[in-house]
Amino acid sequence: MFYREVGQFKTNYTADSQVFPILQDKLGIIAMLVIAYLIIPLAGNDFFITTVMIPFLVFTLATIGLNILVGYTGQLSLGTGAFMGVGAYSCYKLTTIFPDVNIIIMVLLSGFFAAAIGILFGLPSLRIKGFYLAVTTLAAQFFLEWAFIRIPWLYNYNASGAIEVPQRDGFGGVVLAGAAAEPVTRYLVVLSIVLAMTWVASNIIRGRIGRSWMMIRDMDIAAELMGVRPLYAKLSAFAVSSFYCGVAGAMGVFFWLGAAEVESFDINHSFLFLFMAIIGGLGSLIGCYMGAAFIWILPIIIRALPGALGLDINAATVEHINFMMIGGMIIFFLIVEPHGLARLWQIAKEKLRTWPFPYS
Amino acid sequence: MDILYNILIDPFVQMGSAPDFFLQVLWSGFVAGTLYSLIALGFVLIFKASGVFNFAQGIMVVFAALTLVGLYQAGVPAWIALFLTIGAMFALAWLVERIVLRNLVNQEEIILFMATIGLNYFLIGFGEYVFGGEPKPMIAKELGLPTGSTTFEPFGGIVIIEHLDVAAVIMAIVLVSALAIFFNKTRIGRALRAVADDHQAALSVGISLNQIWVIVWFAAGIVALATGIMWGAKSDVSFALQIVALKALPVLIIGGFTSIPGAIIGGLVIGFGEKLFEIYWGALLGSGVEGWFAYVIALIFLLFRPQGLFGEKIIERI
Repeated sequence: MFYREVGQFKTNYTADSQVFPILQDKLGIIAMLVIAYLIIPLAGNDFFITTVMIPFLVFTLATIGLNILVGYTGQLSLGTGAFMGVGAYSCYKLTTIFPDVNIIIMVLLSGFFAAAIGILFGLPSLRIKGFYLAVTTLAAQFFLEWAFIRIPWLYNYNASGAIEVPQRDGFGGVVLAGAAAEPVTRYLVVLSIVLAMTWVASNIIRGRIGRSWMMIRDMDIAAELMGVRPLYAKLSAFAVSSFYCGVAGAMGVFFWLGAAEVESFDINHSFLFLFMAIIGGLGSLIGCYMGAAFIWILPIIIRALPGALGLDINAATVEHINFMMIGGMIIFFLIVEPHGLARLWQIAKEKLRTWPFPYS
Repeated sequence: MDILYNILIDPFVQMGSAPDFFLQVLWSGFVAGTLYSLIALGFVLIFKASGVFNFAQGIMVVFAALTLVGLYQAGVPAWIALFLTIGAMFALAWLVERIVLRNLVNQEEIILFMATIGLNYFLIGFGEYVFGGEPKPMIAKELGLPTGSTTFEPFGGIVIIEHLDVAAVIMAIVLVSALAIFFNKTRIGRALRAVADDHQAALSVGISLNQIWVIVWFAAGIVALATGIMWGAKSDVSFALQIVALKALPVLIIGGFTSIPGAIIGGLVIGFGEKLFEIYWGALLGSGVEGWFAYVIALIFLLFRPQGLFGEKIIERI
């Protein structure tokens, strides 16, 4: 009744190929942007912004990166964590070598290093696919983890072996990174980068490159026969995906964690992003937001729940229940809706369009 | 030149100058290899029969070992605990078939793979919830596994061979031969192979897919239990074992996903390669190379033989 495109006429091609062609969708997006840019910074406290919103956005970006590879190009990757690490470590090196350059530029530049490493480990994908490829990405994961520990140059020979974020200013003296940075500032920076990169991703996917990725995913031999070059399609997917993961990793360290060791990029994180991509919906950008929100925010609620209900359950037990819940949820979602939350959202929208007369 | 010498000549000089130590390294590589083979065997069993790449095999190893140790610590005699654990693995297989596989029939491979990752997480949480997260010693002595060691003296040096390692190798051989006989000679084994070849054809000649899946997952559970006992006896039983279990993936790649002999040979290649590389070449790279060596070997291997040593040739059609 309320969600219907009746009467919204398109008179030219540009209007017809918009990202959000329906007026209600546009209004919804504007409302979300108002909430994200105005209400959360004004009303949210520091705890909410630093432990919920910033990691949620960072993980969303990493999930988008993974989804480009798994969901759009069909190349299974278990090395997301390591690619994020490449971004984080290269951003750290860049900003310590060139301390005067704006940190945001460095965060974006570090994505290119991740992309280069991604292309390198993506090379085997030209010959192998499926689970075999997953193993080669595991090689990337374990090799890079090892490199982060064994090459002290990467963390400037710190005794602790960790990378610690130095203070960095930008835009007229506002502290952007480091211990002195305001959570709200960091949140706004992260939010802007993530939204901008989502917009870029959606345009890449709608364009020629994205279509060639999807052709490779749906049937690679047929795609090749129709003129898609697998070399360019697969490696560009690896490059873009790793770029996104690298930027997410750099943001995670510089705007969220403040200091990081190799554990922040281990294989469990790689799995976490895979779960976010699956539960959100493979091959959907909005699904990345939903999946990240689900996997990141649900455990926070579960952790807070016993205290809120006045139950005395120790933290370890809650953690175990958390694991069981996530595992159970993944199986549940795969059985009920293998295409994730994004598909559920789509179904809901279809229902809304015909409500209250579904047969008319 | 120095680097070339260090890479190409020096390790072999070291091997030649201390042949007893070289033998010791080979033996430890052999033992590690048999254990990798055992884990890989669990993967192959399930992959052959249901096309599911069971990511949870590693945690099944931990889970089986923990159940055994947990029951023993609760006061159950060792042998009864063993039988109860086998029962628990059967229950697990049945539940997995009932709750997960049956509902995911005819889904894409990748979806099933993800489901086993979900199962993996669930079992981690459940295992830690029931048995606690701290490492536990395996009840090797109570199960009648030998503990001592024998010292040999070839080439004027010493080589120590632990009886436990010998037991592990014998157990692996027995298990593999038993499985080979089971697959080739029994009625159920033939049904399993039929299912592996073609689900629909198997169904049409009256083989129950559900029943086969329970049997296969149960067999993988038994293999997991055996692996858990042997790994647990060498180091403690803890959740860190599941990272070791991931090493089965490169083993599978070298051997091929569908071949039992492939799993064994792949395991040995990785076991030997890893130990030799770590001892003789690892220092050049700053040690700790054991963590990724297997994967990189697999990666290089894949570039030349994408289907593994014994895997079926992949034929693709549009």
